[in-house]
Amino acid sequence: MKDSRAAAAPPVVPVDAKARWSAAMEKARLRDAEFTTVSGVPLEPVYGPDDVATDFERDLGWPGEFPFTRGVHASMYRGRLWTMRQFAGFGTASQTNERFKFLLDHGQTGLSVAFDFPTLMGYDSDHAHSIGEVGQVGVAISSLEDMETLMGGIPMDRVSTSMTINGPAPILLAFYIACGEKQGVDPTKLRGTVQNDILKEFQAQHAWLVPPDPALRMITDTMAYCSEHVPQWNTISISGYHIREAGSTAAQELAFTLANGMEYVRRGVAAGMDVDTFAPRLSFFFDSHLDFFEEICKFRAARRIWARKMRDVYGAEDPRSWMIRFHTQTAGVTLTAQQPENNIVRTALEALAAVIGGTQSLHTNSMDETLSLPTEKAVKIALRTQQVLAEESEVAHVADPLAGSYFIEAQTNRLERDAEAYFGEIDRRGGVVPCIEAGYIQREIHRSAVEYQRAVERGRKRVVGVNCYVEDREAHPDIELHRIDPAVEKEQGARLASLRQRRDGNRAQSALDDVREACRDGGNLLERFIAAAHAYCTLGEIGAVLREEFGEYVEPKIL
Amino acid sequence: MKDAETISARLLSGDRLALSRMISWAEDGDDRFPASLSRIYSKVGRGWRTGITGPPGAGKSTLVNELARVFRQGERTVGILAVDPSSPFTGGALLGDRIRMEERTKDPGVYIRSMASRESHGGIARATVDACDVMDAFGFDELLIETVGVGQAEYDVVTAADTVLVVLCPGAGDGIQAMKAGLLEVADVLVVNKKDRDGADRLLVDLEEAVHTREVRTDQWEVPVLPTNAVAGEGVEAVIDAVHRHRAHLEAGLLESVRRRRRVDQVKRVVGERLEDELWGGRRLGDRVEEGLDRASTPYDVAEEVLASILGGNLGAPAGDSRSEAARR
Amino acid sequence: MAQRKIKVLVAKPGLDGHDRGAKTVATVLRDHGMEVVYTGLHQTPEMIAEVALQEDVDVVGLSILSGAHMSLFPRVRKELEVRGMGHVLLTGGGIIPAEDMAELEKEGFTRLFGPGTRTDDIAEWIQTAVEKSRASEGV
Repeated sequence: MKDSRAAAAPPVVPVDAKARWSAAMEKARLRDAEFTTVSGVPLEPVYGPDDVATDFERDLGWPGEFPFTRGVHASMYRGRLWTMRQFAGFGTASQTNERFKFLLDHGQTGLSVAFDFPTLMGYDSDHAHSIGEVGQVGVAISSLEDMETLMGGIPMDRVSTSMTINGPAPILLAFYIACGEKQGVDPTKLRGTVQNDILKEFQAQHAWLVPPDPALRMITDTMAYCSEHVPQWNTISISGYHIREAGSTAAQELAFTLANGMEYVRRGVAAGMDVDTFAPRLSFFFDSHLDFFEEICKFRAARRIWARKMRDVYGAEDPRSWMIRFHTQTAGVTLTAQQPENNIVRTALEALAAVIGGTQSLHTNSMDETLSLPTEKAVKIALRTQQVLAEESEVAHVADPLAGSYFIEAQTNRLERDAEAYFGEIDRRGGVVPCIEAGYIQREIHRSAVEYQRAVERGRKRVVGVNCYVEDREAHPDIELHRIDPAVEKEQGARLASLRQRRDGNRAQSALDDVREACRDGGNLLERFIAAAHAYCTLGEIGAVLREEFGEYVEPKIL
Repeated sequence: MKDAETISARLLSGDRLALSRMISWAEDGDDRFPASLSRIYSKVGRGWRTGITGPPGAGKSTLVNELARVFRQGERTVGILAVDPSSPFTGGALLGDRIRMEERTKDPGVYIRSMASRESHGGIARATVDACDVMDAFGFDELLIETVGVGQAEYDVVTAADTVLVVLCPGAGDGIQAMKAGLLEVADVLVVNKKDRDGADRLLVDLEEAVHTREVRTDQWEVPVLPTNAVAGEGVEAVIDAVHRHRAHLEAGLLESVRRRRRVDQVKRVVGERLEDELWGGRRLGDRVEEGLDRASTPYDVAEEVLASILGGNLGAPAGDSRSEAARR
Repeated sequence: MAQRKIKVLVAKPGLDGHDRGAKTVATVLRDHGMEVVYTGLHQTPEMIAEVALQEDVDVVGLSILSGAHMSLFPRVRKELEVRGMGHVLLTGGGIIPAEDMAELEKEGFTRLFGPGTRTDDIAEWIQTAVEKSRASEGV
């Protein structure tokens, strides 16, 4: 727990007081509990000046100043509150369009699109692999036509939209850009984010389209195209969320996410771009788990590590390249199916950690998500939770309010050290992609997931309603379920069939040929995708060309 | 499928469920297995058995998958046996090799069976040879046996395979480790996978040198050293070509005696297992050992006493052959 | 002497990539002395049934968090039956609403497990169920 640099600092606390405290601790009878973080890291009973060697100027500084430990903006939430961005999407494009309008009417300030699994994997709704999955966990978008319905009546120059998609991300972005053009909105006016973080897909979330190397090329193509033509678009949201949800510890989430970020930077530079042309558009996405303090420290450590790496290792000169701007989502895995109303409390705590941690935007989970898709009522409570934090709690007035706490600074330093150790290990194993191919990162995550599960089952970690304060299954409150009508699949299929009839077949075919050619000759793929979108080529058709040209990914053996 | 007669008839008629069940019987030591095997044994000996061994992470499963793919292009049917380690503590096992062979699962000309090593430690399972016999009788042209691959001494594959491929890759343990572990001694074909990685050229050179400086093998076979990049299917044809050449080499001479020796090994194994059951299955001998130890005799003295009681006057004159065999183990 | 083990296929049907639960359960079943085949992600019902046949498993456990359970469970069951594997114990878990679970259980899917289940309970349930079905089989 101790910082090696601490040795030189003179003790501030009188030695005899500390000795008396130590003796009292020795004698004290302690509760039968495991005193660790939720990630299993042992904690001291109290922290003092000996535990930290933080240098104010070097390690903390001021908000908006290097190394940004305390936040990326000088004014933080006094200037602007975080964006309340609830992830939503289900069924058909028109159903999701209605939900979007509902959320905008209730004060939400940005859109966030959840896609269904066929879309996430680059299949059309009428593909054999899509049976039973269309519209289930998100909205089905198979063509520009679906995107036009999704954004119908929503002024695309006035909302910012986040799209959670990765393998086929550049294709969906192409649909979005083309849709904007149809609405008469110039691409330079579009604001938003596409997740587009394929590395963590191979590591944790597993919705991919093609193997790592061609997938990374599509990402650099996207960064290159957007830096010129869609300058307000965040071309990637480097995500720890899914890594954490797959079972990692806080330190692993931090380390693997930032390692992925650095890999994208290296690829961008290797593709001939100046780091400062694309780094300011990189954004991040973290989980906010239940360990309140550990999470706050994770956010602080993330900002500090990234700033140092970007400036000192990758030579970025634009301060915007040094800043981590991130979205946060409360931890889905901490929700319980048992006594689901308790999830409102869990989510509120996690949201508070994210706000104190200085997030730029936030999604709060709905209490019923372990049962099925969230209902409108549950979504509203989740959004109201953020509004209570923002409007009633007064927590947003002071930037980085916990800085200087011995405990907070010691944990922040500890997380930075743990992350550095992983960076070293990943380098030793040849980098992120070889680590994925060998299954190293996946195995590290799996190991932590199993350890946590064991801790819960042995009662070493307590979960209310699951292994303590358990109630009968019968006592479940009636929670209304939100179901997807199976007719959605049929409707989508019919719409696609009709689209293929109506469109100009020759134009579609030649746009697909252009995509194929770019796969081979290295032309910018996003540019070809946009042309294909305008020709009403479907996601599945474009995806099939990519699979044919680049091959399919085979998972390594993890177990 | 409750008796030997039905299962063997169904297996010979091409029923894959019967094939699967008979392998389970072999694994579980089911007492219906010997009778079923005898009904299909005349069909054993047509398929070619290739063993694939090497350290963890060398790409064995990927290579197996690619070998199967190329065999299928030549219209040859393929049976694959992939062995994974059992936990010595719980007896359980995670069988995950087929994750790398997913494409082959869709092919009706390929059969893949995972097998836990259970109590065996030589890289294959006790039932591996039995399972190969069953797959062979079923009619697969090519049998591929992937060993455990935990980096321990995995030499038992020679008792199961006609041709042994040793797969290495740069970085992971390296050739020197493999040489120390004696893996090179069992190789009929050496494969350097991930040939585009740093260190692959060096590994190729080292292995070629090791192969050439060794004494000429008694079977006169010259071990080829071949580079592959299995994940991209590169170099796989050359490996298959080497397997074919090795097959032709054996068929021109030693094949019958090699296979004969394998059957002798199998007989010895079965006799050993049965004896073990007979001797230690009941409490009788176990009690005797306890008594002897209670009298503070040394383990050797107790063993002599037990052996004398089983073998009577025959003790002390074992056949030279089996003694040297025992001494080597 | 060789002994009969319980062999389980843990499979992820459909396109959903959430494999934390599947891999954790596979690991726990291994720790309970079972031999566990893991197929990896994105399996079709046909592939799952084919693997079950090739591996001659006692149990198939499906992990589904995509909401497609009402379609996938019956399709896997049908593919198993087509291959003469109707005797296999078909179970599973994931985000499955209680009423869907009840309906699937009524349709003969032995037992399904929701979020918060102790993995040891799953292992113990499998152990008992397999012993029972073996006893009734008379082998």
